[in-house]
Amino acid sequence: MKDKNTKSKRIALTGGAAAAEALRQINPDVAPVYPITPQTPIIEGFAKFEADGKVDTEIITVESEHSAMSAAIGASAAGARTITATSSQGLALMNEVLYIASGTRLPILMLVSARALSAPINIHGDHSDVMGARDSGWIQIFSENAKEVYDNTIIGMKLAEKVEFPVMVIMDGFTTSHSVEILETLPDEVVEKFVGKFNPSRSLLDLDNPVTFGPVSLPDSYFEFKIEQSKAIFDAKDEYLKIVKDFASVSGRSYDIFEKYKTEDAEHIIVLMGSTVGTAKNVVDELREQGKKVGLLKIKLFRPFPYKEVAEILKNAKNVAVMDRAISFGSVPPLYSEIINSVFSFQLSVFSYVYALGGRDIFAENIESVFEDMIKGEKFEGTKYLNAKNL
Amino acid sequence: MNKKLTEKLAPGHSTCAGCGIPSIVRTVLGATEDPVVVINATGCLEVTTTLHPYSAWKVPYIHNAFENAGATASGVEAAYKVLKRKGLIKKNVKFVAFGGDGGTYDIGLQALSGMLERGHQVLYVAYDNQGYMNTGGQRSGATPMGANMETTPSGKESFGNQTDRKDIMQIVAAHHVKYLAQSNVAYIEDLAKKAKKAFETEGPSFLLVLQPCTNVWKYPTSQYVRIGKLATETNFWPLFEIENGKYVLNLDIKKPKPIEDFLQTQKRFKHLFAPENVEVIKTIQKNIDRKWKELLKKTSNK
Repeated sequence: MKDKNTKSKRIALTGGAAAAEALRQINPDVAPVYPITPQTPIIEGFAKFEADGKVDTEIITVESEHSAMSAAIGASAAGARTITATSSQGLALMNEVLYIASGTRLPILMLVSARALSAPINIHGDHSDVMGARDSGWIQIFSENAKEVYDNTIIGMKLAEKVEFPVMVIMDGFTTSHSVEILETLPDEVVEKFVGKFNPSRSLLDLDNPVTFGPVSLPDSYFEFKIEQSKAIFDAKDEYLKIVKDFASVSGRSYDIFEKYKTEDAEHIIVLMGSTVGTAKNVVDELREQGKKVGLLKIKLFRPFPYKEVAEILKNAKNVAVMDRAISFGSVPPLYSEIINSVFSFQLSVFSYVYALGGRDIFAENIESVFEDMIKGEKFEGTKYLNAKNL
Repeated sequence: MNKKLTEKLAPGHSTCAGCGIPSIVRTVLGATEDPVVVINATGCLEVTTTLHPYSAWKVPYIHNAFENAGATASGVEAAYKVLKRKGLIKKNVKFVAFGGDGGTYDIGLQALSGMLERGHQVLYVAYDNQGYMNTGGQRSGATPMGANMETTPSGKESFGNQTDRKDIMQIVAAHHVKYLAQSNVAYIEDLAKKAKKAFETEGPSFLLVLQPCTNVWKYPTSQYVRIGKLATETNFWPLFEIENGKYVLNLDIKKPKPIEDFLQTQKRFKHLFAPENVEVIKTIQKNIDRKWKELLKKTSNK
């Protein structure tokens, strides 16, 4: 490989390009890829790196997302550091094999440019696709902006290989994947050293120690496999915390399982994830200037979900509003459900809002209205839809 | 049992009495001296060899899902390529994917097509028992006309499966694969020879192997070789290969037996011998004769 970046660089990149840049530095062994909007900038950027000889990766241009994940499973089981990327219908098509990747404990890293699900077809951003995969046994890390996409990609790769779970690093489709932001990349060797070499605990290509992957398990053993898997993904949280701490020491950038913003003395807290957090922080700042005790909690690690830690942050608030960018049909929205589960033992009012489905704009005034509802003490049941037409 | 035979797939698997699948696997894997890695679609072979906490496999093995053996094999082979390039693997390794006809003709066709088209160095072996036998005998795209299957039963208004099987050999050949062959578990030497050729092929190769299923074809377990032979002797299942686009007939049946000789050995075709189904047998025979002529045209290189 040539043209190594030996220094940190301050550059302007889209979220997609930031992911591709981090992947270049990670230099994975295998990358099965299939195009879908708005994920394409990631795989196109990465393919150019491969074409220019900047990575040693075998790119497999598969014929569907189902095959992308299936090939990723094969490659990872064969001891190769493996990545892929997808979005929306692609993630839905992978659904069957997502469970196989996690059940086989394969450390695949997948970038997801989160997008609405059909029908009707819509190529724009929301969290419907990744929420549909929330029970598939993958670790899910949400990113607010291009800088976090870059950092989470590096953190996610290391985490996957450390805990032997597949990891989804999620960015908001278009809002993050296609918007240019300034970020600081790390020198190549720093990333290389941080991620380290992949030493799989078992591999198909360990010819002297043949392993059978993907056996049949009957009622006498299947249950225990699933219990162990469930325990292990919860345990992955501690490893995530260790890795972000290590990451802070090489990058100067600190992360936690979430980001709390002016929550210390806040009476009214909004909980949300993804790119809308930036706008919401501005709203918090403005209301704080008016003397209103408001704050926000940005969830980063959605799977495993940090119930106790979230409860710790929210327990002294009067009101909590949860802003979901997805609907769970016939149930309450997914993030709202998790927050209710976190704080069920407290005397706390938790309200549900859904916003920006299928790429609908969300404005500062919409977020302000959520805080105003709480400040006014307005109680309501069900879910309010922000910036939606009255039906 | 011959130690050489069982050095890759051990005895102790749970295939049915009279099942030829282990013979197919052992014959194919025995045709190379290089280490092999096996990729397997969901199906009879998979469920009978990998019952946790046991495994009959003495070679590295992966089962992923039903429809993705081709894609899984692509991933495994790509991993090998890059790790070999990096000097992390020294040996030459062969990759063999096994799928049934359902996992090959039907649900796995797309993944197989992708694997072939991209040129992965994988030998794909379809053991073709002409239906979904692992789920109890439903029709697949490989089921012959007239077969009484669970999802195409014969009855007052139906003679069973209405259509003839898909021509998977032509489909695979259309991917410009350098070597593919149709074989039959009843001709084990033919299969061994073809597997050897397939392993020596540059790029993907494909073997389609007839595997009479005692359970669903419904015949005594001692008879699978005889029934396999009848399939070829009636031209129901000719043995041929396509090497660099050139068709070669491996066994010229000078005096083919009438198809009734094959059909009457199995209960899946029993209803065809009722008076109302006389025409069906005629149609089956006509189709066989037509396909045989087409094959002869190709193999005579005219």
